[in-house]
Amino acid sequence: MGSEPVQPFSSKDAVVCRAVSKTWAAGTARAHEALRAIDLEVAPGEFVVLLGPSGCGKSTLLYLVAGLEETTSGEIHSFRDPVERPSPDRSLIFQETSLFPWLSVWQNVAFGLSIRGAPEDERRATAREALARVGLAEAMHKRPDELSGGMRQRVAVARALAMRPKVLLMDEPFAALDVQTRAKMQDFLLDVWRDSGASVLFVTHHIDEAVALADRVVVFTARPGRIKSIIPVDLPRPRDPFSPECAHLRVRLTGELRGEVDRAFAEQEALAGAA
Amino acid sequence: MSGNLAGTAGRLRRAGSSITAPRPSALPPALRQALSRLGWTVVSVGLFVGLWELAWLLGIADPRLLPPPHIFLGNIPDQARFFNTATRWQIGVDAAAGPSPYEAVGITVAATAGRVFAGLAIAAVLSVTVGVLVRYFALFEKLTLPTITLLSPVSPIAWLPVAIFIFGIGNAPAIFMVVVALFFHMVLSTVSQIDGVNRNFVNVARTMGATKRQIYARVIIPAILPQMLIVLRLNLFGAWMVVLVAESTGVGFGLGQVIMLARNTFNPSLVFFTIALIGLLGFLTDWLLRQVQRRILYWVPQTTGVLRGL
Repeated sequence: MGSEPVQPFSSKDAVVCRAVSKTWAAGTARAHEALRAIDLEVAPGEFVVLLGPSGCGKSTLLYLVAGLEETTSGEIHSFRDPVERPSPDRSLIFQETSLFPWLSVWQNVAFGLSIRGAPEDERRATAREALARVGLAEAMHKRPDELSGGMRQRVAVARALAMRPKVLLMDEPFAALDVQTRAKMQDFLLDVWRDSGASVLFVTHHIDEAVALADRVVVFTARPGRIKSIIPVDLPRPRDPFSPECAHLRVRLTGELRGEVDRAFAEQEALAGAA
Repeated sequence: MSGNLAGTAGRLRRAGSSITAPRPSALPPALRQALSRLGWTVVSVGLFVGLWELAWLLGIADPRLLPPPHIFLGNIPDQARFFNTATRWQIGVDAAAGPSPYEAVGITVAATAGRVFAGLAIAAVLSVTVGVLVRYFALFEKLTLPTITLLSPVSPIAWLPVAIFIFGIGNAPAIFMVVVALFFHMVLSTVSQIDGVNRNFVNVARTMGATKRQIYARVIIPAILPQMLIVLRLNLFGAWMVVLVAESTGVGFGLGQVIMLARNTFNPSLVFFTIALIGLLGFLTDWLLRQVQRRILYWVPQTTGVLRGL
């Protein structure tokens, strides 16, 4: 999407991955290859879902894009700049709640601003605005442990939004929530995404989640993770999960994924047998 | 003596009734819980005392060697005589000089408790600082951690001569003993707490552009604080143990010195009286630290409820 073949890194793409590979513990006996030769572009404002079996390295790709880990080979750029370290432009939201329990909700949301040394008025105002956008304005002064799991993830989203990121990286953010809450959170995320104009890279192993959210679905192979196929989804939102188009897409994604899940299983069993 | 037994039984019964019949009405739950805990403490101690008194009654415990509580607690003024804090070896000070026996008990207790808290405070600040530095600067770790690990299993008793060589007698060697007994493994514990900090916390701060210093000051230190306070509470008992050893070698006055006096004059009553004092003090200081913990660490969930359900 919009990548120029002559000078691949001059594109305006939000994220560009070129031949990205990652081997954990490279050069040791425990070395294992997580990602191999990933090529991927994410356009500004695009919602891309990374779908694959557990342990296929899709979360690893997110950490690489966030700048929290270094690639073994290949390059990652974001809006022309090479990714070398974490940046507030690329906010990462984790599966497990990652709010600081010793801070109140608004202090959590304003944490990034306090790192920059912003004055208290500005921090409060930004936190209030970000919390209002996730519908939790009245929870400002609560403590994280007083909130439900879904509310905590909304606060985590508010904390990411407070940094006005250009790219939102989400690592199975709703995996720990129950099914009903998850459906609500998906609607909520789509609203937030549309308002913010940020690109989203969303990792999941749930096909339904991919069907509900994605502009494009990137299907990963089992380890080492490679891109098996990229499936564009041109359906208007909100999507009715029971519509024939969605059903068709679900069948297609299930077919893409089935072989990989079997392979992942076989590999894990082989590993367990060896150990 | 039988009156004392009856008193114990009465206390048992009263404590029991306050637990088994919690009035559903007026008392707030927090107070009721506190009362129940106090009640059970009384029952637990009462049981121990009761068995001891029984052993004495049956002639198993010789009162000259193992005097039961009603004997060693029966004549407190008599015990208090031995807590003399007057510096009688000085010329011109006669035997009756100095504070009254009760004042002397107070001064002795305060002196020992002061040494415990001074040592604890110094050890806590020093070891958390060193532990954080170990993880912060890789070179510092390489230079210090092997030595710290090497020294941490050394018994505090072995440091006693060192304490005297360096500090002579007085408060300093006793405080030094407390510090040296706690410092090494509190450093190791700090390091392992830092290693156990939720990686997501650190990663969140990193993606927001926090520097290494900010991550340590605003994420890692608050994250390890709850465990460190628990470590401190556990070490509080260690501090009480070590301070007695240190005091027994001559610091002017202190509970350890009283124990040594009791040993040298074959006075088991005085030994048990002092032990009772120490137990009470340790219990009170632990309670105090628990209150501090609850105030500062409001976010730490109370998880004992899970085990109750088993």
